[in-house]
Amino acid sequence: MSSVHVSPLSTYLTIFTALMVLSAITVGAAFVDLGSLNPVVALAIAGLKATLVILYFMHVKYSSRLTKLTVVLSMFFVAILFAETLMDYATRGWLNYVPMGQ
Amino acid sequence: METPVYPAHNYLSNGHGLKSWLLTKDHKRIAILYLISISAFFFLGGLFAVGIRLELTTPQGDLFQPDTYNKFFTLHGVIMVFFFLIPSVPAVLGNFLIPPMIGAKDLAFPRINLLSWYIYVIGGIFTLFAIVAGGVDTGWTFYTPYSSASSSTNVAATALGVFIAGFSSILTGLNFIVTIHRMRAPGLHWFKLPLFVWAHYATSLIQVLGTPVVAITIVMVFAERAFGFGIFDPQRGGDPVLFQHLFWFYSHPAVYIMILPALGVISEIVSTFSRKRIFGYSFVAFSSLAIAVFGFIVWAHHMFVAGITVYAAMVFSFLSFSVAIPSAVKVFNWSATLHRGSLSFEAPMLYVYGFFGLFLIGGLTGLFLATLGTDIHLHDTYFVVAHFHYIMVGGAIMGYLGGIHFWWPKMIGRMYSEFWSRISAILVFVGFNLTFFPQFVLGYMGMPRRYHMYPDEFQVLNVLSSGGAAVLGLGYLLPVIYLVYSIKYGEVAGNNPWGASGLEWRTQSPPLTENFLEVPTDIPEAYEYTPKVIREAKLV
Amino acid sequence: MHGHDHAHHPALQHHFSTMSQQREAGVLGMWVFLLTEVLFFGGLFITYTLYRMWYYEAFAAASKSIEITPGLINTVVLIGSSLTMALSVRASQTNQRKATVNWLIATIILGSVFLGIKVYEYADKFEHHHVPGPSFQFASEHGAEGAAHEAAPAEGGHEVTMGPDQLQRTTQIFFSLYFVMTGLHALHMIVGIVILFIITWMAHKGRFDSEYHAPVEMTGLYWHFVDIVWIFLFPLLYLVERHN
Repeated sequence: MSSVHVSPLSTYLTIFTALMVLSAITVGAAFVDLGSLNPVVALAIAGLKATLVILYFMHVKYSSRLTKLTVVLSMFFVAILFAETLMDYATRGWLNYVPMGQ
Repeated sequence: METPVYPAHNYLSNGHGLKSWLLTKDHKRIAILYLISISAFFFLGGLFAVGIRLELTTPQGDLFQPDTYNKFFTLHGVIMVFFFLIPSVPAVLGNFLIPPMIGAKDLAFPRINLLSWYIYVIGGIFTLFAIVAGGVDTGWTFYTPYSSASSSTNVAATALGVFIAGFSSILTGLNFIVTIHRMRAPGLHWFKLPLFVWAHYATSLIQVLGTPVVAITIVMVFAERAFGFGIFDPQRGGDPVLFQHLFWFYSHPAVYIMILPALGVISEIVSTFSRKRIFGYSFVAFSSLAIAVFGFIVWAHHMFVAGITVYAAMVFSFLSFSVAIPSAVKVFNWSATLHRGSLSFEAPMLYVYGFFGLFLIGGLTGLFLATLGTDIHLHDTYFVVAHFHYIMVGGAIMGYLGGIHFWWPKMIGRMYSEFWSRISAILVFVGFNLTFFPQFVLGYMGMPRRYHMYPDEFQVLNVLSSGGAAVLGLGYLLPVIYLVYSIKYGEVAGNNPWGASGLEWRTQSPPLTENFLEVPTDIPEAYEYTPKVIREAKLV
Repeated sequence: MHGHDHAHHPALQHHFSTMSQQREAGVLGMWVFLLTEVLFFGGLFITYTLYRMWYYEAFAAASKSIEITPGLINTVVLIGSSLTMALSVRASQTNQRKATVNWLIATIILGSVFLGIKVYEYADKFEHHHVPGPSFQFASEHGAEGAAHEAAPAEGGHEVTMGPDQLQRTTQIFFSLYFVMTGLHALHMIVGIVILFIITWMAHKGRFDSEYHAPVEMTGLYWHFVDIVWIFLFPLLYLVERHN
C-alpha cells in the first residue's frame, strides 16, 4: 500500500515561500476596491493556501485514495451545510411572507 | 448434539475486581460497561416518562406544576436521545461484535474506546447534576432564544453534558471507521462483511460528520448564555432560526444514528433464522450509506413552520421523500428474504416481527410529516410525538432488544429463559402500540405536544396511552430480570446456539479476550447458509 | 515497510499484525478526526457567512477596528510553524533524531509566539470594550464611513444604513464570532502545543525511527489543520473591508 513518501527539502521551502507571497497578496488585495470581488479574491487565495498546505505539508498528494476521499468528503458535507442553509436565507424576501398570527 | 461446556477461559474470567473492568481495553468489556450505564440511563429516562404519562391520565394539570412537567419531558428527551438511543446499539453491540465479525482482536484504538466510555460517563454526570440541581425545561432541542437568554433552569450544565457526550459518540464512530477499514482479516473484503458492519460504518460516518456541528452550536449557545455574547438572540440581532438549522443538521441525521444500527441487527437476525442469504445483499449494504447521506440533506423538514421560506420548505419536503427509498429497499429485501424461508418464533425473531410493524407505521407516517401541507396541520401535535416514537422506540429499541437477545448467548455464554423472553417481546409490542397509536389519533385531532393539561374529550385516548405505557414498562423490566438471572443460572449456550454463519459465532461463547486463537483465514461469503454449512454449524 | 516480516517492533501494539497496519490505522484515525474538525469549524463559518451578509456594514466597521499588523505577523508565524512541523516530520521519516527534536522545539516556540500575540490582541479588545457582553461598547467612528456602503439586503424592508443602536448590536455579533472563532482556534493551538511537548519528549528519548513515527506524523496533520483554520480566519476577521 502506501509506503512513506519523503518530500525533498526544496518542496517545503517552495511551498512556504508561496504561502508567504499569497499572504502578502491577500493583504494587498484587501486595500484595493474590487467591489463585490473583494471577498471572492480573499476566499480564493485562502482556498489556494489551504490546498497547498493540504497537498504538500499534509502529504495528501502522495497519500492513499482513502485519505483523498476523506478530504473531499469533509468539503462535500460543509458544502451541503452551506448550500441548504443559504437556500433558506437567499430566498427570504422573495415573497412578502407574513407568519401566521401576526 | 453433545452438551456444550462453559469455557473456563474467556474475557469475563480474564481479571476480576473493579479495577480490571474500569481500566480494561477489551472492547467486549467496554461494551458491557456501556450496557450497564446506558441501561441505567434508560430506566432513569423511563421514570420521567412514567411521570408524564401519570400526569396525562387526567385532563387537569393535577399532579405537577406546569414548570415541573416541562422539566419532565425535557429530561425524558435529553436522557433518552443523548444518553440511551445514540449510544445504544453501536456502543454495546457494535463495540462487542464488530471486531469478532471482521476477524480482529480488538478495535483499532482500544484506549480511545475506553476513553469514549469515560467521556460518556462524565457527560452523564453533568446531566445528572443538572437534574439534582433543579432540572432543565427547554425541551431536548434547546431552542434559542429561550435556552440561551430566557430560561432560568440549568441549561448550561445540561448542554455541557450533551456536548461532552457528543465526543464519546464521535470517538466511537471514528474507532469503527478505522477498524472497518484497517482491521479486517485477510481475505475479508467489503462485500463479505455482515450487513451489521455496513450499517455501523454508515452510522459512524454520521457520528463523525454531524456531531461536531451540534457541538459548535452548543458552544455558541453556551457563549451567549454564560458570557452575554450575541449570536442567536434576536434582541441582540441574532437569528434563532439559524440555531435550528445547525441543530437539525445534526439532530435529523442523529435519528439515523439510532435507527441504522438497529437495521443492521435486523439483517443479521432475519438471515440467521430464515437460513437464507439476505436478498439483494449489496442493495441493503448501499442503502445504509444512502440513508446516511440523504439524512444530511433533509433537516429543515423539522422547521416548516419555524419561519423558513416556502421555497426552501418545498425543496426540503421534496428531498425528505428520498429517505423513504433506501428505507423501503431494506424492508422489501427483508421481506423477500423471509419469503419461503423457515419462519421461527424465538425471542429475537419476535422482536424482528415487531420491528417490521412499527418501522413500517413509523416510516409511513413520516411521509405525512414530510409533506409540507399536512405538516402545517400536524406540526407540534401528538402525531409527531407518536411518529418519532415509532421510529426511535419502536424501531431502534426493538432492534436493540432483538440484538441483545440474539447475541446474549455470545456475550455471556448462557441462554435466558425462552418462555419469559417471548412473553416480554409480546408485552413490548402490545404495550408500545397501545401507548403510541392513540397518540396518532390525538395528534390528528389537534392535541399539541408538551402541555400538561388537555380538553376533556381527549381523556379516553390518553388513558389508553398511559395504560399501554404500563404494559410497555413491564415489557422493558422483564428482560432485566431474566437476563441477569441467566448470567448465573442460564443453560450453557455453546459457540453457535442459533446455527448462524457469521465469524463471531465461530469463536467460543463468551469469547476469549483476543476473540480468536488465530486470525481466521477461510472467510465465508456473508450469510452462507448452504445445507453443508448449516449441518456443520449445528454440530458445534 | 510492507509485506516483509520484521521481528516485532517494540512499538507494535498486540492487536495489530504489522507496523504498517498500525501506522495506516493511526493516520486514517487522524484524518477522520480532522473530518470532524472541519465540520466543527464549518458550523462557525456558516454562522459568520449569514451575519456578514445581513450586517455587512457592521462587519466592515468592526473588522476595520482590528489592528492588521498583529494578525499579519501571526499569519507569518503560524505558517512558519507549519513549515517547521513539516520539517520535523521529514526528519523523523529519515531517522534524524536530533533534527526531529529541534524542529519540534521550533514549532513549539512559534506556536507560543502566536498565542502571545493573541493575548496582546485580546487585552487590546478588553481595553476598548470590544468584548461582547454587558460592557460591550462600539464607538461609531467607523460607522459614518461604513454608512455609505450598502448592506446586503437580507430581508425585505431591511434598513440599509444602521443607526448607532443597531451598529452596537450587530458589531457585537461580529465580535462574538471573533472571540468564539479565535478562541476555539487558540484552544486548538494550546492542545497542539501540549501534544508537541509530549512528542518532543518521546523523540528526545529516541522512541521514533523511520519505521515508527506515526505520532509525529499525526501531530503534524493536526498542526497543519490548525494552520488552515487560521488561513481562513485571517481574511474573514481582519480584512472584511480595508479599502477606502
